[in-house]
Amino acid sequence: MITLSVNGQDVSYDGDPTLSLLWFLRDELGYTGTKFGCGEALCGACTVHLNGEAVRSCAVQMGDAAGKKVVTIEGLDPHGDHPVQRAWRALNVPQCGFCQAGQIMQAAALLHATPNPTTEQIHQAMSGNICRCGCYQRIEEAVRLAATGV
Amino acid sequence: MTHIENLLRARGEAPARETAIIVENVSRRDLLKGVIAAGSLTLGATLLPKRGLAAWATGAGAMPHGVVSDPHVFVSIAPDGTVTIIAHRSEMGTGSRTSLPMVVADEMSADWRRCRVVQAPGDEMKYGNQDTDGSRSLRHFVQPMRQCGAAARLMLEMAAAQKLGVDVSEVEAVNHEVIHRKSGRRFGFGELAAAAAALPTPPPEQIRLKDPHAFRYIGTGSVQIVDLFDITTGKAVYGADARLPGMKYAVIARPPVLGAKVKSFDPSAALKVPGVEKVVEVQGWDWPAKFQPVGGVAVIARNTGAAVKGREALKVTWTDSPHAVYDSDKYREMLLENARKPGKVVRNDGDVEAAFKQAAKVVSAEFYVPQFAHASMEPPAATAWVHDGMCEVWAPVQSPGGTHDDLCKTLNLPYDKVKVNVTLLGGAFGRKSKCDFVLEAALLSKALGVPVRVQWTREDDIQHDFFHAVAVERIEAGLDASGRVIAWRHRNAAPSLFSTFVPDPKYQQPLEYSMGQVDVPFAIDNIRCEVCEAPAHARIGWFRSVRNVPNAFAVQSFVAELAHETGRDPKEMLLELIGPPRIVDPRKTTVDLWNYGDPFETYPIDTGRLRRVVELVAEKAGWGRQLPPGHGMGIAVHRSFLSYIATVVEVAVDDKGNLSVPRVDTAVDCGFYVNPERIVSQMEGAAIMGLTIAKYSEITYKNGAVQQSNFNDYPVVRIDEAPRITNVYIVPNGWDVPSSGVGEPGVPPFIPALCNAIFAATGKRIRRLPIGNQLAI
Repeated sequence: MITLSVNGQDVSYDGDPTLSLLWFLRDELGYTGTKFGCGEALCGACTVHLNGEAVRSCAVQMGDAAGKKVVTIEGLDPHGDHPVQRAWRALNVPQCGFCQAGQIMQAAALLHATPNPTTEQIHQAMSGNICRCGCYQRIEEAVRLAATGV
Repeated sequence: MTHIENLLRARGEAPARETAIIVENVSRRDLLKGVIAAGSLTLGATLLPKRGLAAWATGAGAMPHGVVSDPHVFVSIAPDGTVTIIAHRSEMGTGSRTSLPMVVADEMSADWRRCRVVQAPGDEMKYGNQDTDGSRSLRHFVQPMRQCGAAARLMLEMAAAQKLGVDVSEVEAVNHEVIHRKSGRRFGFGELAAAAAALPTPPPEQIRLKDPHAFRYIGTGSVQIVDLFDITTGKAVYGADARLPGMKYAVIARPPVLGAKVKSFDPSAALKVPGVEKVVEVQGWDWPAKFQPVGGVAVIARNTGAAVKGREALKVTWTDSPHAVYDSDKYREMLLENARKPGKVVRNDGDVEAAFKQAAKVVSAEFYVPQFAHASMEPPAATAWVHDGMCEVWAPVQSPGGTHDDLCKTLNLPYDKVKVNVTLLGGAFGRKSKCDFVLEAALLSKALGVPVRVQWTREDDIQHDFFHAVAVERIEAGLDASGRVIAWRHRNAAPSLFSTFVPDPKYQQPLEYSMGQVDVPFAIDNIRCEVCEAPAHARIGWFRSVRNVPNAFAVQSFVAELAHETGRDPKEMLLELIGPPRIVDPRKTTVDLWNYGDPFETYPIDTGRLRRVVELVAEKAGWGRQLPPGHGMGIAVHRSFLSYIATVVEVAVDDKGNLSVPRVDTAVDCGFYVNPERIVSQMEGAAIMGLTIAKYSEITYKNGAVQQSNFNDYPVVRIDEAPRITNVYIVPNGWDVPSSGVGEPGVPPFIPALCNAIFAATGKRIRRLPIGNQLAI
């Protein structure tokens, strides 16, 4: 039996410990805000916070998540008003929106660790998150806006 | 869990702020039929005449099931005044799910903050055509939705006039109320809803459209997309997010070579994987099979991760296929060879042979664009529940009506026993016009008797796509002694997307060669366009901008090559070829010119508009300005989806051959527009998708099988290599200029503008995509 905390609630899991956290969150718990994009930690759509750090949930096995704290997009802010979320809305970042939960989780982790990132730091932190619609210009602006306050 | 309940909540319980696509609890479906059930407007679904109030004629009426603009179909008003507007087009990121309901709201003088948007299920008998592709949503529906809103406004005004016993001319709808100026009496829309509902739909001659100066939302760019909050909080519902009680998760092993079938399979190892519950064969159809599944073996599990692992353990042997001969290197050679020989003539102006004989100089070039995959961020996924002679699906489909019809056919069910709930589409770009993944889910649900989610992995998506066709474009130009182009021959060899529908025609068809080949808008007396043989060995579909991508790449690159050959400025060369402002009409000299399904009279080829976007973008970009060493600028223009778009790209290439894009400028003339903010976002995205196509996109085959698998070997542009800034300039147009496409036409001019900029910076001419390591020193 594996126990972990997801968005502040203790949850348990009794299945295959090699199952990736992504599918536990999505299929077993129903936290569908975390998206499947590649399954190989190449696109960032499944980014969540694991003990405060941005990770690709498709590449974290349940056995390695045991005892840890997971925060998904649903748990980032109780009212959906994290500065990153507000900045994303202020600049109308999304097109299709599918990658944005992962982008927002990545950006929130970046700003937590580096409150005033340089352009290079933004690129470095965000380059693991693919947006096929091509919202990058606004993503970069939104990270900056979230850093400086909305 | 509350968020699951949220997903399954009933329509009527949603708050006034629109929160997401509503995924209904299936057991409650009968209670929830139609928005009207909320209890207000209840009117018959009368079709307004197709051209009732049209300022311009479109091809919308000729699409399957035509146009419906009746407010009783699209609008309902609750007693508290909440206006519910149906979005009948699919939302894949262009913003039409917001923009069209916003048009209705503006025309009916509703307060947008008190409106909510509900997504229509696939039901073209009720809503008219819902096929969301071809950059048609605003182009075909801005007029019907204005009509719809104006009719609703009139009904509310009539209801108020009735209450007051005055003539309807004495009242006016303003900001969610109807006001009687003389008496100062006011009625909220909610108060009037029931009375308005009792009125028949006014005939078109009674409906007055607003003066565009009175618009509150249209044209302002001030309205945010309705799903913005839900997208940023993880609540938005996409194809893989619908959850049903007892649902099982499936992934499918599909034949690696098109046309192969399951010969045998051994499920034993797969069944030993924890969480795997069943292994079943999925029916496949013989090719060409339109959008029917290719078949394979499905692994059913308690979650998707277990299903994926089960599939890895599964042993399947496949039958042989004639398409195992498909080898990309050999195929490219064959296309080049075919394009060097005369093909079928599809446009012939003047006497090309004679003109080439007279030419002082002949310039020719061959351009290659490989096959590539859509790779939308959301891989195909669908949920189906087939039970008790009914089928209900939740899926991200561009064509909900087509999906509905294909489900009826595949499952042999009558129209009213199938329901297609349309989720948000996590990108689509043409892939999700094809509903094979939905049919797979339905077939599995039927076989297993439980709700089934089919999830495509990224590998499935990249290897079993309906691909953008590979193409060779060969262009020759004859120049006279002064450097003027007197002859133009453009041949291409590319497999036809019609091979997905009918026995392979092996040549480009009118719909394909009319996207940038035969509609070349140049002032050249002798023009010949030919299509050459190219058999299909893959499922060909349409990818954003379709044939305009290779045609614009070839034509607009070639123009810059001609400028170089004749020692002229590329922009001046381009304007000279376009010639004076006029209407170019290639219909008489072309075999079946296709004008994107719309009347040529409404949407002619207008070189004045082409010239204007070229001049506008050149001015804004500072064409000809001094650039730092290693930088270069390129320009291109292309008319597609009836819009005119010109792009200037500035590149920087360092001494190792690394390419970066400091700046992009794009000028757009798309006629009358509704939401300029979303036009800008489409153009920003088009630059990035164009950069991906140019730098990276290539699907190759060996022995009939795709060699790429995921974003490691099928890369896309990331944030650190994206253009640093994309500036967008929209040509202002009044209601007298018909609306045209926006979703697709930004991509085609970007790629040649980029390659022309690379030439300006480095002297290296890119004729083969992707660029790959061609710039490496």
